[in-house]
Amino acid sequence: MRQMDIRLDELKHLVSDRAIEGETVLLNMGPQHPSTHGVLRLLLELDGERVVNCVPDVGFLHTGIEKNMETKTYEKALVMADRMDYLNNLGNNLCYCLAVEKLVDLDVPERAQVIRVLLTELQRIASHLVFLGTHALDTGAMSVFLYCFREREIILDIFEMCSGGRMMTAFFRPGGLWRDIPEGFEDAVRDFVDIFPRRIDQYEALLTKNPIYLDRTKGIGGISSEDALRWGLTGPNLRAAGVKFDLRKANPYSGYERYDFEIPVGSAGDVYDRYQVRVAELRQSLRIVEQALNNIPGGPVRSGNRKFVPPPRSELGTSMEALIHHFKLWTEGFPAPKGSVFVAVESPRGELGCYLEGDGGPKPYRIHFRTPSFATVQAIPVMAQGYLVADLVAIISSLDAVLGDVDR
Amino acid sequence: MSHIEKVTEGLKSELGEQVLSVDVFRDQTTVVLARESIEEACRYLNSEHDFDLLAALMAVDYWPEEPRFAVIYQLYSLKHKLFIGLRVPVHSTTPEIATVETIFPNANWHEREVYDMFGINFSGHSDLRRILMPYDWEGHPLRKDYPLAHEEIQFSFNFDEIDRRKPYAKE
Repeated sequence: MRQMDIRLDELKHLVSDRAIEGETVLLNMGPQHPSTHGVLRLLLELDGERVVNCVPDVGFLHTGIEKNMETKTYEKALVMADRMDYLNNLGNNLCYCLAVEKLVDLDVPERAQVIRVLLTELQRIASHLVFLGTHALDTGAMSVFLYCFREREIILDIFEMCSGGRMMTAFFRPGGLWRDIPEGFEDAVRDFVDIFPRRIDQYEALLTKNPIYLDRTKGIGGISSEDALRWGLTGPNLRAAGVKFDLRKANPYSGYERYDFEIPVGSAGDVYDRYQVRVAELRQSLRIVEQALNNIPGGPVRSGNRKFVPPPRSELGTSMEALIHHFKLWTEGFPAPKGSVFVAVESPRGELGCYLEGDGGPKPYRIHFRTPSFATVQAIPVMAQGYLVADLVAIISSLDAVLGDVDR
Repeated sequence: MSHIEKVTEGLKSELGEQVLSVDVFRDQTTVVLARESIEEACRYLNSEHDFDLLAALMAVDYWPEEPRFAVIYQLYSLKHKLFIGLRVPVHSTTPEIATVETIFPNANWHEREVYDMFGINFSGHSDLRRILMPYDWEGHPLRKDYPLAHEEIQFSFNFDEIDRRKPYAKE
């Protein structure tokens, strides 16, 4: 039987000399710790209650998504992207679809683009609500969690209405959407847009000036803008450190350049700033949802290019050509040219990049996701050194890392 | 001349022969570099052209062709809002490349992932261990000659024999 010993000598460089001499305590936190948001394991080196150093250990949720996707056709591989970052399913779909569309040079109808933006912004709100709820829970405010999940439920119901699934929607497809939005969709979104601003005020009333919350978060886990960039932080974590960088503005995709919204930035890069940036983003995302909702154009929701997009089922009974396309697309899939593309979108956690390489066949030759949480978890030691263990919990939750996104 | 062309021209004059080619596919520029020059290229792009974010680092396996691997870097410049791709072919005889950890600290984990998944060594890396797979895992899963799922089928006549060498904890 194969069983290697752990050679402790090889791991000595992870801790300081003081730990080897027994001056500091080594403590294992996680992987099954409620405040690690999934299965993150941290090796803590403690001096009393102060964190001297921490070494994140990831990989517990590694499911080989990249390898699996290589064995499926482009359209079928899409469902695996949903499962990476399970709070940003539609955002992952969008990133993957944009990469495939870029690789095969496929255009997307206007209506599909607007609905994509609308739904990804709703997804961003849902994701930030989970952040807000769990972050408040970790810093000792239980009730915020319940309110946040109440509103998240409304959004998930809207997703269910469109796709039949609340989380694993697979609603975006290369070339457009799976199908058109259903009747009653616009009213449901409008109801949400009407009630949500007051609900954000409620959350803020509970936290923003709450002295206990301020004590737990102000000046905790700060990072400078230079360090944040060097460690590859993106998204709200980078913006909280004062860097005004958002891919929706810098390199717009899916027509984001047509929407009017601000990029909220912080200054200190501490836990409190990260909270404020995300709450401000809730309002900005709602603005985008509102603009998209008022301007949904008519027309098809899928590209008319039958070499890549299957025909509607109603045509199968009458059109020989449609039947052939249907058969070819669902048995063999469409071929993509030899070449590689890299597409990056702004996920709720930061820059989500998709590297896609085709080899002329119907399956991706290589697909890689650059996930924002990967960089975030890597940077935890930079932010946590010198703070208390209780602060570490606040820092981890403020970074909003999703472990499924780290391990893929 | 667009800005990205200026950058590639600058790279060519800085590295000379080390720049093997410049590919443009779907408006995205990828510079193919010789293995020895990757550290220098990253340092040059970082200091002279403000490419301050290592947006992604990954590898591709072209087995059974040679050079078997390609390590790919995606750098981003916040100032110019520009991505540039660097591609370095690596032979399977010496699967080794210099680390860029000193320039972009976040390369640390990305390089560990590439080492874990492809078995490419990063010389000068401070902590080259497996990251996603268990520490005692055998093989590198994203290589093309590594099967997606492989388990020997146990029949009644050879159940025990296969069970004996099956890699799972028995105690």
